[in-house]
Amino acid sequence: MAKPKIATTSLAGCFGCHMSVLDIDERILKLAELVDFDKSPINDIKRFTGQCEVGLIEGGCANAENVEVLRYFRDHCKILISLGECAIMGGLPAMRNGIPLKECLQEAFLNGPSVVDGMIPNDPDLPLILDKVYPCHEVVKIDYFLPGCPPNADLIWESLVALLSGKEADLPYELIKYD
Amino acid sequence: MSDTINFTIDGKDCQGKKGQSIIQAADDNGVYIPRLCYHPELTPGGSCRICTVNVNGRQMAACTTPVAEGMLIFNDTPELQDMRRALVEMLFIEGNHFCPSCERSGNCELQALAYRLGIMAPRFPYMFPQRTIDASHPQIYIDGNRCIQCGRCVRAAEELDGKNILGFIGRGPFLKIKASSSRGLAGVEIKPTDRCVQLCPVGTIIVKETAYRTPIGERQYDKKPIGAEIEGSH
Ligand code: SF4
Ligand code: FES
Repeated sequence: MAKPKIATTSLAGCFGCHMSVLDIDERILKLAELVDFDKSPINDIKRFTGQCEVGLIEGGCANAENVEVLRYFRDHCKILISLGECAIMGGLPAMRNGIPLKECLQEAFLNGPSVVDGMIPNDPDLPLILDKVYPCHEVVKIDYFLPGCPPNADLIWESLVALLSGKEADLPYELIKYD
Repeated sequence: MSDTINFTIDGKDCQGKKGQSIIQAADDNGVYIPRLCYHPELTPGGSCRICTVNVNGRQMAACTTPVAEGMLIFNDTPELQDMRRALVEMLFIEGNHFCPSCERSGNCELQALAYRLGIMAPRFPYMFPQRTIDASHPQIYIDGNRCIQCGRCVRAAEELDGKNILGFIGRGPFLKIKASSSRGLAGVEIKPTDRCVQLCPVGTIIVKETAYRTPIGERQYDKKPIGAEIEGSH
């Protein structure tokens, strides 16, 4: 029987959640026995090869490309998981949500202390920045949430194994943290 | 006539004393009723409703209801736990709670309650409201982003510190905590050892230059859930 496929992506995240996936250490070999990695920055596969069982989403939606990639994942994954605080609630990038977009761009590209000859980028090739950073589940349906900044590697491991073997995950108290 | 009051919580026989609230009597019997705005040193506020229990078929706030003979109380039921979960989720989405960057993370009662109740993500959309920070005082600051309007600081200032230096202004979603001076915190008599500073359950009233001293893994709620100290006392 073909192994189930798993895909991962980082939207407006820092790759910390992906580092935490790698933090399962040698269990990654067991994971490779359980699943095949499809589209993911871990193996650098850029396109889906077909439908996947599980998609792991790191980061929230800060620009139009994030939304497009997230929808693409929703279409290609049976189960979609928000991995980490940024995917769940926007995380640190969402700290800009209380500041008008114009002020954010001015501060970053015109008035910032290290800016020389600043200009606000406006190339049609750049993804359009959104008014706010949105949690993934406010854009598409998300099936499960694994909190943490980043989520504990054991939390990721236990949840994935439970999901792939169709069992209820038994998660000890210490594993669920928002920081 | 004895002053002992007999009642049950989730079927467990308990004894209380005359004049106690349900929450006080439950604590004495090693039963933890989740709470936020209640603090044993303060007059109960009765505002957060996290402590809602079912008393003889009706929902009552355990922190403001006196315990009475023969009460049949239910505390740990799926319905009540889900209602508490919804209340905690509302507190999360109504404010700006960025746990990863908060000084209080790991020692925060709101976060700890969410852990205990098993909240993985809120069911309501995030509001990302506009809130303000008062950093005018040299030693203490108020971060309005994280305030849950529990009123513990206001009661502590009045009842324990004996000074009316904090209060609420605004209404509904705009209710906010404020120092009672036009100059903000800098204009009032407040010091880091005041109970009004120490009893904030979240990261709103913060003493400057004291953050991140405890390593992750050793903070108050890293290993043991909130309420374990009450449940462990029996
Ligand atoms: S500042 Fe703290 S203690 Fe005061 S109302 Fe807000 S959350 Fe409660
Ligand atoms: S603890 Fe009873 S209403 Fe808040």
